[in-house]
Amino acid sequence: MDKTKLMSMYELMVRIRTFEERVRKEFAAGNIGGFIHLYSGEEATAVGVCSAIRKDDYIISTHRGHGHVIAKGGKTDRMMAELYGKITGYNKGKGGSMHIADVELGILGANGIVGAGITIINGAALSAQMRGTDQVCACFFSDGASNTTRFHEGINLASIWKLPVVFVIENNGYAESTPVTYSTNIKNLAERACAYGIPGVTVDGNDVMAVYEAAKEAVERARRKEGPTLLECKTYRYHGHFEGDMQEYKPKEEVEEWLKKDPIPRFASKLINDKVATESELKEIDKRLEQEIEDAVKFAVESPYPDVSETFEDVWA
Amino acid sequence: MKTVTYMQAFNEAIDEEMARDKTVFALGEDVGQFWGNALGEYKGLAAKYGAERLRQTPISETAIVGAAIGAAATGLRPIAVVMFSDFLGVPMDEILNQLTKMRYMFGGIIKLPMVITSYSGAGFQAAAQHSKNMEGLFMTIPGLKIVSPATPYDVKGLMKSAIRDDNPVLFLLRSVLLAGGLKGEIPEEEYTIPLGRADIKREGKDVTVVAIGTMVHRALACANKLEAEKGISVEVVDLRTVIPLDKETIINSVKKTNKLVIMDEEPKTGSVAAEIAAIVAEEAFDSLDAPIKRVCAPDTPVPFSPVLEKFWMPDEENLAKAIEEIV
Repeated sequence: MDKTKLMSMYELMVRIRTFEERVRKEFAAGNIGGFIHLYSGEEATAVGVCSAIRKDDYIISTHRGHGHVIAKGGKTDRMMAELYGKITGYNKGKGGSMHIADVELGILGANGIVGAGITIINGAALSAQMRGTDQVCACFFSDGASNTTRFHEGINLASIWKLPVVFVIENNGYAESTPVTYSTNIKNLAERACAYGIPGVTVDGNDVMAVYEAAKEAVERARRKEGPTLLECKTYRYHGHFEGDMQEYKPKEEVEEWLKKDPIPRFASKLINDKVATESELKEIDKRLEQEIEDAVKFAVESPYPDVSETFEDVWA
Repeated sequence: MKTVTYMQAFNEAIDEEMARDKTVFALGEDVGQFWGNALGEYKGLAAKYGAERLRQTPISETAIVGAAIGAAATGLRPIAVVMFSDFLGVPMDEILNQLTKMRYMFGGIIKLPMVITSYSGAGFQAAAQHSKNMEGLFMTIPGLKIVSPATPYDVKGLMKSAIRDDNPVLFLLRSVLLAGGLKGEIPEEEYTIPLGRADIKREGKDVTVVAIGTMVHRALACANKLEAEKGISVEVVDLRTVIPLDKETIINSVKKTNKLVIMDEEPKTGSVAAEIAAIVAEEAFDSLDAPIKRVCAPDTPVPFSPVLEKFWMPDEENLAKAIEEIV
């Protein structure tokens, strides 16, 4: 892989982290309302998968969706404005944190209902198939979603119709407060793929290159019209289910263990060890992104709220 | 004009729209070659348009409606076939939280041009899980158009409009009319009927009866009888489309007759009848010369036994009684 691509993957991961940590502060300061579900810790998954697909491919995200939107090319100023409920946001401030969508970027929406994207992505994939394009779809969902009814119905349908979908389980250890070790009786959730006769692959979700390589293979398979793949990325959610969740349910040792496996310093070390980048080059990126997010907040703060007449818009086409 | 059944009229609508527009396709449990859905209204279309466009699915209502949403959001015009409207409880999240909210919460950046077709209504001993009407339940969800046709003419014209509409449409076919072989005239040439317009099926001057679906036929039978036997002139307004609701036609009719009876096959509580009564009370109270009457089903699930089901469904006698109380 060339340097440009590797550096862009690093940049995307840092953009997600910087955005998320700033959102956390803005929420704590009372500048953002509603529910905020942060993605910090899981950056390698979104970036690994989205780096393996094309701009015209589709993704569907989850309620913890900021990372996927950024990884697919979302602009942080319009995202921040959306979180602030401003008219300049991706969705005119009508969706907020859980519902960011941008069809031009192939982002068919983040979704507040756990697992709901699994059946919808099939429609996008079916549409690509029927329109005769070679577009591929990636559907992000969580270990929690893998226990819902649509996981079975959706993946079964995709498998019989050989739909070009990569189903990505972001196994971040917890569904709200319930550990995956309680909610499921198997070690690797990708084992469930055998029930549908499709490949199931489990990777280290904190290793962006491992995610990328596995996703690339699944995407190529989908593009060759060989059907879907179930890709499980084992990762960890640093913050609570929502901001304000104190996470009493997480053992301290477990948190410490995962912090040692943080995907960003890990990838930074690899880039430096492989002589792809120098430390100062990476620091330069970090600094630039700090400024970008600062500007994004400024953009959001200075943007106007929607006019109340917007309440009545967009119900009907 | 030609005479066709309710089922043939529906089939012709799908046939013509699939021929006209390659992005139109249907997906559902038995829409393919053999059955053409449980009662057969898609029959013959798979042979003509192929298994790609009359796309048989597993029994997975959640996956059917979900896939239709994704296909609609990316440029196709799917028809999601969910056999009996009671089964709409299965993909309820797809309807309640996805289909009807996506455009709004995404700030209008997508269109969802899709139709869900489903069988609706009691009257053939299908018992509680194959008989419910759903208009009242679904009319509380903003973002969904709801069509409920009573005649072959309306089925064809409204279904063609539903397919061409850029919004989600729930198209409720009446099982008893579909399976019972109801016949009616339709033009030889192509026609459409705009969504959102009620139809005055019978002019009258003493009382307005607003009815929907199977009840339209019962209201017409009752009106003819009352006219012949008692000289009461009944105007029958067929709602046809529940959302958008044609308030204008209803209110104009009430202004003419000054009396209103609403006949709706659903249980009374929270029904379409409740909504219409509220609208007329709010917006045309001064035109009323008598209390509004609602002729609805009891607040129970639909029973199986023929005696119980007959009692459960509103009929001509129930309507005649209500009319005579206020005329």
